[in-house]
Amino acid sequence: MKPLVLALKQEPDQRLDLSPLVPHLLDGKSAKEIAEIELQTTREKIAAGDIFKIRSGGAGSIRFEGGSLRLDNVGQGLKSGEIIVEGDCGKSPGRKMSGGNLVVAGDCGPFAGSAMSGGRLEIGGDAGDFLAAPLEGEMEGMTGGLLIVRGNAGERAGDRLRRGTIVIEGAAGDFPGSRMIAGTLIVLKDCGTLPGYLMRRGTIVLANPPELAPTFVDCGIHELAFAKVFAGLLRDESRAAARLLGRPLARFAGDMAALGKGEIFFPA
Amino acid sequence: MRPMKKNGVRIDDSFAEAFPMRGTAILITAPTRRWALQAATTMTGFATSVIGCGAEAGIDGERSGKLTPDGRPGVRVLVFAMSSDTLETQLVNRAGQCVLTSPGSACFADLEGADRLPIGDSLRYFGDGWQVSKKFGDRHFWRVPVMDGEFLCEATTGLTKKAVGGGNLLIMGATPETTMRAAELAVDAMNEVEGVILPFPGGIVRSGSKVGSKYKAMMASTNDAYCPTLRGAVKTSLDEDIGCVLEIVIDGLTEESVAEAMRAGLAAIVKLGPDHGAVRVGAGNYGGKLGPFHFHLKDLLP
Repeated sequence: MKPLVLALKQEPDQRLDLSPLVPHLLDGKSAKEIAEIELQTTREKIAAGDIFKIRSGGAGSIRFEGGSLRLDNVGQGLKSGEIIVEGDCGKSPGRKMSGGNLVVAGDCGPFAGSAMSGGRLEIGGDAGDFLAAPLEGEMEGMTGGLLIVRGNAGERAGDRLRRGTIVIEGAAGDFPGSRMIAGTLIVLKDCGTLPGYLMRRGTIVLANPPELAPTFVDCGIHELAFAKVFAGLLRDESRAAARLLGRPLARFAGDMAALGKGEIFFPA
Repeated sequence: MRPMKKNGVRIDDSFAEAFPMRGTAILITAPTRRWALQAATTMTGFATSVIGCGAEAGIDGERSGKLTPDGRPGVRVLVFAMSSDTLETQLVNRAGQCVLTSPGSACFADLEGADRLPIGDSLRYFGDGWQVSKKFGDRHFWRVPVMDGEFLCEATTGLTKKAVGGGNLLIMGATPETTMRAAELAVDAMNEVEGVILPFPGGIVRSGSKVGSKYKAMMASTNDAYCPTLRGAVKTSLDEDIGCVLEIVIDGLTEESVAEAMRAGLAAIVKLGPDHGAVRVGAGNYGGKLGPFHFHLKDLLP
């Protein structure tokens, strides 16, 4: 079946909330009905038809042609199906998604994959701060699924991560994996200061770690079966991450200022 | 009625009567092939018959590092029992005592299916709070710190209710030497079939049993009709030219796999011929009223 295509006509002059444009909300709607969905975030009304040229197709697969850093909440609450953004998008793409596949070819703003619980989110470019993190007042960030950033990520990537796997193929900003509850965070290039700050449990793998906080304690160099298994499971998604996990890794346990059952691995 | 003959080997117009069982499969890996085999061999020890051992277990086959989740040599183990509860107990006890303890081992699910049996979900408590849960997609692993590093164990493995136990061949020859030769070749051929195990020592059982006994305490006793030394004294099933009988028992994850194994074993025995191997092949049954699966030898001939 042909995908539903939404071609951006021009750069929007206000931030837009694209959360209604997900497969489970568009299923069964005609192109005309979709065109009438309101997306504005200010008093000035903008309907989907004003900003997108709509070519109808199956709502199970949605393609945005062109992107903008003003397109917020793309794929929010995605349950199944696929959304592909052939460009940039704004804050919170894939927030609270629980299934399906969301691909953003370009860059995106903060809170990408925020509190997602399943499915697959891929950011082709750079991601902003608070990747996969909870919003203010929420107790946990990402709780499942797979999140891949091909470029760099901002500060506090994987904040309060609970479950699931995050791979950042570029560099990560300061405090990656802060307050992690569990889960797996992999950074393949440089990483900012204090990784795993106050993490309780979980696994952080860093290709090029900075000096760790003194609350992380040396547990020696190991070749663990679990790292090899994860390497195998990740090989199709990120060959570089699989290579990193296949190497002998030094294990540092921490953060001893919190529960201390987490770990940071890096190549020995 | 004249018996069927294939390459000079007489084939009884009989059938093996088999029973439904619960079955499961796991994959054990280790740093080397030797230690993967060691863990699997230990885990499947004392597992010849559900009557005395609780479970029937065996090695299905080896797997090269290219085909295992952690890239290390692996061995696939099948375990069968009469109920899901017993199977769970047996699997956890055997994995806990024989795989967890074996150097460098890891343990993975190796059977798909909606019904699940816990392995890591039970063994994780050995970690005394230091165990680590790891999920990726729909797979769930437990990492348990042990003295040589970590024991990695998948949380659950699949359970099949469609397993079949008790497929069998009765191999009858003139002497123990020729009968053993036929039985060994049949075992080798049957071990090539995927999804089956031959639970008895080296795949062969020499003490086939009948139901009941003259002693009240005994549920089963020696199958006197097939004992060559009693040939003249009891209502025997043996002919003049038979001096030895060996049995191969087969458990499989599916009815088809058991049939496939019996077919492979029969083919090997028939190919060897009567002069150096078996003169006659039969199958054990209880009249067809107890077990729902009937494997007729005439349908399985090469």
